[in-house]
Amino acid sequence: MDTVIIKINDERVEVPNDFTILQAAKKMGIDIPTLCYDERLESHAACRMCVVEVEGARNLQTSCSLKVADGMEIKTHSERVIQARKDILDLLWANHPNDCLTCEKSGECKLQEYCYKYDVKETTFEGKRKNYEIDDSSPFFYNNQNKCINCGKCVRVCSELQHTNAIGFSERGFNTHVSTPFEIGIDNSVCVSCGNCVSVCPVGALMPKSKEKFRLWETKKVRTTCSYCGVGCQMDLLVKDNKVVGVQPANGPSNNGLLCVKGKFGFNFINHPDRLNKPLIKKDGQFVESSWEEAYGLIVEKVNNIKSEKGSEVFAGFTSARCTNEENYLFQKLFRAGIGTNSVDHCARL
Amino acid sequence: MNIYRSHVLICGGTGCTSSKSDKLQKEFQNLIQKKDLDKEVKVVRTGCFGLCEAGPIVIVYPEGSFYSQIKLEDVEEIVEEHLLKGVVVKRLLYKGAISEEAIKSIYEVDFYKKQERIALKNCGVISPEDIYEYIAFDGYMGLAKALTEMSPEEVIKVVTESGLRGRGGAGFPTGLKWNFAAKATGNEKYVLCNADEGDPGAFMDRSILEGDPHSVIEAMSLAGYAIGSNQGYVYVRAEYPIAVQRLQIAINQAREKGLLGKNILGTGFDFDMEIRLGAGAFVCGEETALIASIEGERGMPRNKPPFPANKGLWQKPSLINNVETYANIPQIMLKGVDWFKSIGTEKSSGTKVFALGGKIENTGLVEIPMGTPLRKVIYDIGGGIPNGKEFKAVQTGGPSGGCITADHLDTPIDFDSLVALGSMMGSGGMIVMDEDNCMVDIARFFLDFTVEESCGKCNPCREGTQRMLEILERITEGKGEVEDIDKLERLAKTIKDTSLCGLGQTAPNPVLSTLKYFRHEYEAHVIDKTCPAGQCKALLDYFITDKCKGCTKCARVCPSSCITGKVKEIHSINNKLCIKCGACMEACPFDAIILK
Repeated sequence: MDTVIIKINDERVEVPNDFTILQAAKKMGIDIPTLCYDERLESHAACRMCVVEVEGARNLQTSCSLKVADGMEIKTHSERVIQARKDILDLLWANHPNDCLTCEKSGECKLQEYCYKYDVKETTFEGKRKNYEIDDSSPFFYNNQNKCINCGKCVRVCSELQHTNAIGFSERGFNTHVSTPFEIGIDNSVCVSCGNCVSVCPVGALMPKSKEKFRLWETKKVRTTCSYCGVGCQMDLLVKDNKVVGVQPANGPSNNGLLCVKGKFGFNFINHPDRLNKPLIKKDGQFVESSWEEAYGLIVEKVNNIKSEKGSEVFAGFTSARCTNEENYLFQKLFRAGIGTNSVDHCARL
Repeated sequence: MNIYRSHVLICGGTGCTSSKSDKLQKEFQNLIQKKDLDKEVKVVRTGCFGLCEAGPIVIVYPEGSFYSQIKLEDVEEIVEEHLLKGVVVKRLLYKGAISEEAIKSIYEVDFYKKQERIALKNCGVISPEDIYEYIAFDGYMGLAKALTEMSPEEVIKVVTESGLRGRGGAGFPTGLKWNFAAKATGNEKYVLCNADEGDPGAFMDRSILEGDPHSVIEAMSLAGYAIGSNQGYVYVRAEYPIAVQRLQIAINQAREKGLLGKNILGTGFDFDMEIRLGAGAFVCGEETALIASIEGERGMPRNKPPFPANKGLWQKPSLINNVETYANIPQIMLKGVDWFKSIGTEKSSGTKVFALGGKIENTGLVEIPMGTPLRKVIYDIGGGIPNGKEFKAVQTGGPSGGCITADHLDTPIDFDSLVALGSMMGSGGMIVMDEDNCMVDIARFFLDFTVEESCGKCNPCREGTQRMLEILERITEGKGEVEDIDKLERLAKTIKDTSLCGLGQTAPNPVLSTLKYFRHEYEAHVIDKTCPAGQCKALLDYFITDKCKGCTKCARVCPSSCITGKVKEIHSINNKLCIKCGACMEACPFDAIILK
């Protein structure tokens, strides 16, 4: 890989020549704010928060999109750059409900974080504000366009990564907003409720319909593997008081920071009162809680009895896509070697 | 071939068509046939003549008699007197075509005499729907010369050395652009024509497509040969139906004659082109938004780099030029670099078409050599300001440009001088303003336009232009504060500095330039709460002049009872109580109530 030498904030650095300025700055530990950037998506360069001063360029340049070139001199936090970022935050604030006190995104909201970092304490502009009806048609999440900052991450994740194209931009200019075609509502659209749009939203515009009230700082993140299928998506369970209250995708090798509807929203069974925690054995026509030892003992006993009476061939095993490859391997081993039948199948084989 | 003794040319541009020039054509043809003159006189519907003020325009050759504002009932007189008896109908001639009883031909009229036409050469001269007429005026000679005598590199060299710069706005050197596209690697390349003209009042590209579509086809084929492309697209707005129709006819004719398609002129070079219609979004004139629109995407600009020359239409190297730029190229190819460089200034060679509008006598299209002083355009060609009013400023570059004041009237116009004055060439709109125009209101007008046309992609343009407009609205409504001026300036700077595309980057220009030259008008609005030009209604007061007869009508209709006065004596208005509803003014039978 060819490299180039550039100067960021008067410091020389050698970086690969296909790096963007943002990547180069990150390598040096310089934090450039971004709202619309996601390394998995095509650069959109719309929020303009990542602008930097490039020697010789007339205007400020977006570091997320501009590739480095040999000899480039860049200032990431000059007075001009900081003023521009402040003005952009000021403008976004002017068209935002600013209900951080009650907003569930509080604590993880990028707009909130940057307004704090850049000392934008109030907006200096008055005038028109967004006034959209909240789309709550989806069983899983809200679309509150009054909080949207039009970074377009949801739209792009839906089209570029999820390939569903359920949402897009409607209208133009100041009235631009994220919506389904013909404003038919999320539930009537082709949306598959994967929730990847919700996961990438930097503000509180797309929020899960949560059954619990919680603040993000009250939760603990527990990294785990999604148990719904064998793909092995990595995710963080948000746990408050030993209860799972939400799921965020993690960037694992098999899921690239994405989840499906089950992984993202299907977690309420974990703490559900009806969930079985112990095996049940039918005694006198009633299911009765028992121990694992007793349950396994019963299975082994019945298998042995049937096998000695009718032979191994009467058995068939059927396993689940929720099991991992390893579990499935062990299952067929149990049936072929332990029980002695080749009648083993799997629900995802078809 | 029939040789006609006389030609009747009728303007078929959009303006004249709107004033029924199509019906004039039919009437002429009818009457000429009735008089049995159809073997002697030919009626031709041409493209725009430029002097739209005088439309519908009819020119009778060989005399070049310039008939203006012709109505259907005038046709018979022209046929009877001029075509049959050979007597020019003086009463119907354009007012500038008669001086001291001598009749001037169209070329001697001031409006045309001082122009130099390259891009508009054939507009108003040939029938755009007849390829033979284009060929008769050296059409496709440039292409033939390039294909048979020149290498692609030589073609690019000619364009580069001619010094031609993009006529669509920014004035980027055309040859350089062609060179980038030629050097870009890729198995497929595209030649694009930007005909998405959107500046308010500018219509030179429309006129070229309506009046001389083959010049664009020829130039695009030349470009295809130069950069190694076999396919072109013309992106033209659907609101230009005549242009679209004539361009399609021209494309079809060129295909029929082997001037488009496979093996052009038997040289083995293939090039074809198609029209793509735009839905009228101003931002689609921005090249990357135009490309997105052709691809069927939402018309939103993409960040540059990569530039279209490397990654354009469908990610392939693409060359994109504006209509007027293309219209210059066949003649550069034919007449050579030295000829083209002899016109205009050192850094801006050739001519530029301007659309004159606003407070000026001769509204219409003018083509002048670069470097012509503004004064000459406005006074000599444009005929000056109507009604004896005083010139105040001229807005160039449309909503992306700025205003130029009387102090700079002698500036030679070219790309760089306009930028130095804080304006820009843009596509060539020139809106003249007189003493009655309020400059704050003008800035508000242009911001209203950009807010409407912002695509909504990037924050500074989407949110910022709206806030600028709101501040300007407050100022013109008399609710502005002193700090608003600084806030406007700060916001304008950030929007310029951080917006994604040219629309946003230039949207604050009308504000910055009016602030630069007319700051006192802003201050008058926010400090003294007055509008010096008398335009901003909210800042004006109603007064009763001595025309008042004391009829008491005004006092009786006034809903806030702020008019006092005795019967048959002059009344007066208490402006502190007045709610400016205007009821008194409407009721006054003597026009005694004024706003000032």
